[in-house]
Amino acid sequence: MDFELTQEQELIRKTMSEFTEHEIKPIAAETDRTCAYPKGTIDQLFRYGIMGMSVPKEYGGSGADDLSAALAIEEISKACASTGDIVATHNGLCCGPIIQNGTEEQKQKYLRMLTEGGKLGAFCLTEPDAGSDASKGTTVAKLEGDHYVLNGSKIFITNGYAAEVFVVFAMTDPSKGTKGISAFIVENTFPGFSVGKHEEKMGLHGSPTAEIVFTDCIVPKENLLGKEGKGFKIAMQTLDGGRIGIAAQSLGLAEGAMEEAVNYTKSRVQFGRPISKFQNTQFLFADMAVSIEAGKLLTYQAAMRKTKGQSFTKEAAMAKLFCSEAAMHITTKSVQMFGGYGYTKDFPIERMMRDAKITEIYEGTSEIQRVVISNQIL
Amino acid sequence: MKIIVSVKQVPDTSGKVAVNPDGTLDRASMQTITNPDDLNAVEAALKLKDETGCKVVVVTMGPPPAAGMLREIMARGADEGVLVSAREFGGSDTYATSQILAAAISRIGVEKDDIVMCGRQAIDGDTAQVGPQIAEKLHLPQVTYAADIQKTGDTITVKRMLEDGYMTIKVKTPCLLTCIKELNTPRYMSVGGIFEAYGKPLATFDYETLKNDPLIDPTTIGLKGSPTNILTSFTPPQKGAGMMLEGADKASCEKLAGILTAKHII
Repeated sequence: MDFELTQEQELIRKTMSEFTEHEIKPIAAETDRTCAYPKGTIDQLFRYGIMGMSVPKEYGGSGADDLSAALAIEEISKACASTGDIVATHNGLCCGPIIQNGTEEQKQKYLRMLTEGGKLGAFCLTEPDAGSDASKGTTVAKLEGDHYVLNGSKIFITNGYAAEVFVVFAMTDPSKGTKGISAFIVENTFPGFSVGKHEEKMGLHGSPTAEIVFTDCIVPKENLLGKEGKGFKIAMQTLDGGRIGIAAQSLGLAEGAMEEAVNYTKSRVQFGRPISKFQNTQFLFADMAVSIEAGKLLTYQAAMRKTKGQSFTKEAAMAKLFCSEAAMHITTKSVQMFGGYGYTKDFPIERMMRDAKITEIYEGTSEIQRVVISNQIL
Repeated sequence: MKIIVSVKQVPDTSGKVAVNPDGTLDRASMQTITNPDDLNAVEAALKLKDETGCKVVVVTMGPPPAAGMLREIMARGADEGVLVSAREFGGSDTYATSQILAAAISRIGVEKDDIVMCGRQAIDGDTAQVGPQIAEKLHLPQVTYAADIQKTGDTITVKRMLEDGYMTIKVKTPCLLTCIKELNTPRYMSVGGIFEAYGKPLATFDYETLKNDPLIDPTTIGLKGSPTNILTSFTPPQKGAGMMLEGADKASCEKLAGILTAKHII
């Protein structure tokens, strides 16, 4: 497989690297400290076409390929994984299923909102008793005349209290199990829609996570996404694509942490020499570099297969599994290299370690990734 | 109406500067960036494009890889690019460069409503001579050090930033403006712009294209024809880190005086 980036992909990487250095990195610590949604940054990312970048041109996007989208998230996440998460969720989990399953009218209306309209998107699947086992959701949708009535609640919704467009999964026929799940496009202005608890999290403080509550929520019939009963399939397809985004986010985190550690160990002098001169440090960096390179190959491969229309379920799960575990390992080892300073908020490395943990959990835990991969083998 | 922006690819001075045996810069072995002031000129042109819908043409003289820089500027929003590139042009000083760029801009065509924009100066040569010399060769009125540009009809009102204050000048198009960093904050490349950039027109003007232009004198272009002779080039020794003292009270002043006395400066 040829991993040489195209000219356009090189420029996407370059522009996002410059944007991250000048616009995101300087506020990343403050975003974490204040748990503030970085609206100014996201508005700029809308302006530059990063938000919804894979949406086809005829619906307001740029028609970017999946590798370009992954590169953008990777670059952003080098400095701020929260911002990377917001972008990955908007692009992969909200725009993605509408691009794949929307009617012409839905695409014209909602994809334009999610690109030119500057409205943030979210994805509502998880419920209190339906996490890894997404088939056990209890949110229901009942057709009444020209609209559905939704009742139930969703938790841990990324972009929850900042988003205006939601892809929501609900049971239209509970007797059919996963085949009774349907997908809907819901706006935050629909009657009966409300935002519940804002989550206080270990990391990703800038990423607005919340509970979303539907109380007799009125959703027009034409907002059914795909056909009734096809929701579970849409959710699984969407998560396949979303995993490439989380792999890219994890990669960025790992690269950002390693860069911080390299700079620190070159300047930190102990026992008469920079600690980068000790073989223990050098071996750690060698192993980190190998993991990052392997993660890139897995992630870029999955992205390229998706763009080519090839199956990518296994590859995306491998990329997400490998990169998220590499991010956790590399950020943890980086904190160790910083010693006591690494445990303080004077350096970004403790934030990176806290941010990394969730990558092993959301959009399918590491254990679920292993289930997905083994299912493709056995 | 169109705006022609002259830009230059320069060495990234945050990296190591390499010099050829003849004293000119070894550009091939260095990381390059678009000259920062030139990006302010590009942004000024793109803002006028946003307001008026005018066309923006970006022109540069340099080796073939400079085409990549033109594509990046087209990804920011410029409509067309012109690369002026030939062995005969290599090693040109400001006198020779402005001659060649003036010929290229003349070939692109400067109409009544048009504006030519340049950065104030490039970070490699730091002369601030090329923009004004292009204006002279094209017989265009010029306004340098533009910190604000407002266009009303065919009149451009420019606020010039000088060392000791501002000067406001009105000039009619066509004209040439040189831009400074205080003018604006350059935009980034957009995703849409990147995917459009490689489909936009990019012309190359070589020696054959320009040699018969009346502005070109073959004896005064390139390294041999340049009146500037470089005696020597070198990387200056790195200065030590500075020291910052904060505070405006007596104790701070005494501390400063003590340090200066200890170094026998006062």
